[in-house]
Amino acid sequence: MATVAAVIASTHHPFYYRASTATGDDRPPFADEWVAKIGAFRETLTRARPDVLVMVGSDHFHQLWLDNMPQFLIGKAPFYDANFYNEDREFGLPRMFLKGQEDLSAYLLREGIDAGFDLAFSNELRIDHSITCPLITLRPEADLPIVPIYTNIFAPPMPQPRRFVELGRTIRQLVEAWPGDQRVAIIGTGHLSLELGGPRQFGPHGPDPEFDRKAVGWIASGDLESALAQVSLDSLWEPGNATHGFMDFMLMMGVAGENAKADYTDSLDLFHTMEAYFTWYPDGVDAP
Amino acid sequence: MSKYLLDKFLYTVDRDPELVERYRDDPRGTVAWWEAEQANVILNCPGAERSTWLKFTDTEREALATHDYAALFALGAHSFLTLTLFIALFERDYDEPLAFQREYAARLAHWSLPYPDIST
Repeated sequence: MATVAAVIASTHHPFYYRASTATGDDRPPFADEWVAKIGAFRETLTRARPDVLVMVGSDHFHQLWLDNMPQFLIGKAPFYDANFYNEDREFGLPRMFLKGQEDLSAYLLREGIDAGFDLAFSNELRIDHSITCPLITLRPEADLPIVPIYTNIFAPPMPQPRRFVELGRTIRQLVEAWPGDQRVAIIGTGHLSLELGGPRQFGPHGPDPEFDRKAVGWIASGDLESALAQVSLDSLWEPGNATHGFMDFMLMMGVAGENAKADYTDSLDLFHTMEAYFTWYPDGVDAP
Repeated sequence: MSKYLLDKFLYTVDRDPELVERYRDDPRGTVAWWEAEQANVILNCPGAERSTWLKFTDTEREALATHDYAALFALGAHSFLTLTLFIALFERDYDEPLAFQREYAARLAHWSLPYPDIST
């Protein structure tokens, strides 16, 4: 059976690529610290020696639209082009081209549907920065095949937080039962408190540092009980109007498991949002 | 009330570099053209298989025609779509990084929770 070599959850900050590659006067003062933290975070994936990446993210109204909006979708394609014109325009993100692990996509769709998730699928999916940002931070070579999984954290009505957790648990179980000997890393990105297009956007910190502090504690300790007790679709509007992206973190807590303490935790208080990085090694990991 | 159509305008303009410039240069004319020619196009259907019923209210049309993102927020347009497009339209007019985004926030500063409902 396959091995879950690492479970990784993080924020995805689309400004990282530009900040980390800028030089001279264009380089922001926080770039060096940010690059150092990302370098350490990247090492946590490298050490896991993955063969395949299952990537959980959320399309930001690029390919998926309100006339036909899936709640949970798995890409099943041999290849994926990635990043869109408006992500180049606003963030300077490069176009990318990724291989797909199509047999794992087919397996997760079949078994996931049979496990009670009526998953949508796509045979021609263009990936956006919710998945390319963690590739840029964690695996910039972008040389491993992926299975993209998209969630709706954007367009009401959305699934309940509990459903994200349950899908995460199911993904973990299915990957562990996948016939073969591949080492699979399951990587998902979301947000802590975040405001976009509202009065609290682009402040000196995230819009709700107290929420961020609590959320980092829940994730780092695998405290699903507290997260599920204190987070609802209604409550997530309060820390910031784009905070429903936290449900992707909850999905990853479901992957990691109840009370699973993260083996690696880091964060960075930036303008606009708090960055947070977590890695679990379900089967341990070789010494560096 | 046609929040969906407001979002559809923001979405279809934002993804097209030529339309972004056209909307920046001639907002009222672009909105009139778009409502007449594009509003009822179903994005994944041939042009002939279009809808027949979508149109803006007068308030919505005026908010788009005047680049009034504060009014769009009040009308329940999706905050992410509005922000993304308006950054493309106006960030270039500001010297300091994030200056437009901060002005945008300030123009919405009178809002407290709950914000206008963005459900479609």
